[in-house]
Amino acid sequence: MKVIDLVNALGLEVFSGQAGLEKEIAGGYVSDLLSDVMGFAREGEVWVTLQTHQNVMAVASLKDLAAVILVKGFTPEPDTIEHSNEEHIPLLGTPLSTFEVAGRLYALLQHHKGVLSLES
Amino acid sequence: MIIEQTYQVRGGDFAHAGDASSKVKKLLKQLDVDPRKIKSIVIALYEAEVNIVAHAWEGIIRILIDRDHIRMVLEDKGPGIADIEQAMVEGYSTASREVREMGFGAGMGLSNIKRNTDQMEITSRVGEGTVLTMVNYF
Repeated sequence: MKVIDLVNALGLEVFSGQAGLEKEIAGGYVSDLLSDVMGFAREGEVWVTLQTHQNVMAVASLKDLAAVILVKGFTPEPDTIEHSNEEHIPLLGTPLSTFEVAGRLYALLQHHKGVLSLES
Repeated sequence: MIIEQTYQVRGGDFAHAGDASSKVKKLLKQLDVDPRKIKSIVIALYEAEVNIVAHAWEGIIRILIDRDHIRMVLEDKGPGIADIEQAMVEGYSTASREVREMGFGAGMGLSNIKRNTDQMEITSRVGEGTVLTMVNYF
């Protein structure tokens, strides 16, 4: 599943980083602690968080994450948007809570995996 | 092949926290280092870089890349660490409220560094600063 498929399925707002919308999603990670994400998120995952400052994009870039979803209607700071565009990592938004968006993301990824295994 | 790089880090400058780590990551990719090794190095270096930004007044990162390893020495002028053993305990942090609100200062930095380096050494003088040396083999 690509980031753009996730955007369409969950009706996410795309704040920035449009150049990265064709990236493949390897999984998801949920945390508001940057060291937790730094230590344990994996390449290609979508990061769900309520942190909106530009260090989020620094971490996302260092970890080669597929995209970042800001929850509960939070909007990114201007330099976060700038960094997202530079790094080609989509910065997405939703009015949903972390719990809801994580649940939907998990269900989508599981469903997608199931479809893939049926095809093969 | 020996490559040496030096980066300056300013205390409190969160806008540029991670810049040095990002440059080292790109350099290691160009040198065709095993991506799994790069991942560990980047985790450790970023945490160490953020520690200078969050706690110290200023610091310098010296990178030395040899054929089979990278040595990273981070030397800062800052408050120092009174009890290194306690600082190493996961969850222990002296970060300010502002820093914690940004999602830093969870007391995971030094344990992330330990977990992702082959060698790690800290020496510190209270009121003067801290020197962190990290070595990773390729």
